[in-house]
Amino acid sequence: MEDLHDIALTVNGVHRTARVPARRLLSDLLRHDLGLTGTHVGCEHGVCGCCTVLMDGDPVRSCLTFAVTAAGHAVTTVEGLAAPDGTPSPVQRAFRECHGLQCGFCTPGFLCTVTALLRETPRPTEDEVLEGISGNLCRCTGYQNIVKSVHRAAELLAESGGEA
Amino acid sequence: MKPPPFRHHAPRTAGEALGMLADAPQGKVLAGGQSLIPLLNMRLAAPPDLVDINGVAELDVLHVGDEGVRAGALARHARVERSVEAAAVQPLLGRALRHVAHPVIRNRGTVVGSLAHADPAAELPAVLAVLGGTVEAASARGRRTIPAAEFFKGPLESALAPGELAVAAFFPAAPPRTGSAFTEMARRHGDYALSGVAAVVTLDEDLRVGAVRAGYLGIAPVPLVLDLTEAAGPRGDWPAAAAYVRERIDPETDIHASARYRRHLTGVLTERALATAAAEALRRARD
Repeated sequence: MEDLHDIALTVNGVHRTARVPARRLLSDLLRHDLGLTGTHVGCEHGVCGCCTVLMDGDPVRSCLTFAVTAAGHAVTTVEGLAAPDGTPSPVQRAFRECHGLQCGFCTPGFLCTVTALLRETPRPTEDEVLEGISGNLCRCTGYQNIVKSVHRAAELLAESGGEA
Repeated sequence: MKPPPFRHHAPRTAGEALGMLADAPQGKVLAGGQSLIPLLNMRLAAPPDLVDINGVAELDVLHVGDEGVRAGALARHARVERSVEAAAVQPLLGRALRHVAHPVIRNRGTVVGSLAHADPAAELPAVLAVLGGTVEAASARGRRTIPAAEFFKGPLESALAPGELAVAAFFPAAPPRTGSAFTEMARRHGDYALSGVAAVVTLDEDLRVGAVRAGYLGIAPVPLVLDLTEAAGPRGDWPAAAAYVRERIDPETDIHASARYRRHLTGVLTERALATAAAEALRRARD
């Protein structure tokens, strides 16, 4: 029987605990142990970007992070991007407005990546957008509308005074 | 897939980490995990123990001095890449880091981890090699400093012994009248490069080309460093240097590119990188 570790971390502002084996990936902790299935798992080796979440504000691959390593940190998933009353964030609104998604599988990863990108670079150039989302794969959209969504999200954020 | 089972050790100090590694000679060190965890997820590696150094604050250091940049084992790519101080002392490091995978990977991956992984297709080993940097290794038995030329033994094989922890890497500062450049070609943005070059050009006091070195990734089992000073000559004949490189290298054919294409590409990249590095050297010499 594998040893189990008791871990505690903050997920979307809520204190959460779990008892997990050391090999539990953060992505599986979120989905299986905590029931937050908004984080999607595509390739499970760091290439596709679907499982991207924010750890202490920085986007990271949850499939390349162990739950035991994430203990004590603050994780934000796609479920934590909207306002507490459910109002979509500016990034989420921009993706809806610009049709920045089709099947939606890659979208949680894009939303987390872009949320952090715009926090750091509020008015990104086209090149900065392309570089910023280069680690997220989308098989439906051809990226045109995703890039538009990022620029639109930057506008919405500027209008709202920068509150992501 | 999911990683195989392992025992997880979470030291709080470097000393504790060394003790744990001494007790688990087949164990691996987990820092950023951006190379190790894919290997585990694909079950290409199954170490019985992982010593997770993410909680060791004393390793999360980046020291920049006149003599160079010293990155501790937990200094993540993103931090080193954004360090204005590091860029002032050794600009080649940040230039190469921008080619390492994607920004999100760079938020977790560490400079020292990338060196310890010793992937011949990776950027940082070539940078450490061309700059003549060093890796500081520690174990329960003591510490030693390993020059880059002795650190990379083969594909994914470093000089680190079982029980040893790479605690830091040192990248020497750029000397006066020196410029550098990094360029690579990959099939897809952020992918492993088909070939890449880190070039360093130093001018003499009369602004003639004094020293030319190039470090290569993706074309040899370990980072390859070539001294191109003679081939380029005092006037900086970059096409001649590129021709010399094409003759000297022996790249392999794989699914991504033929050996012939890699040889040609490496020459083109060499010429570009040397010209860029020389232009910077001239700017710095005149400042």
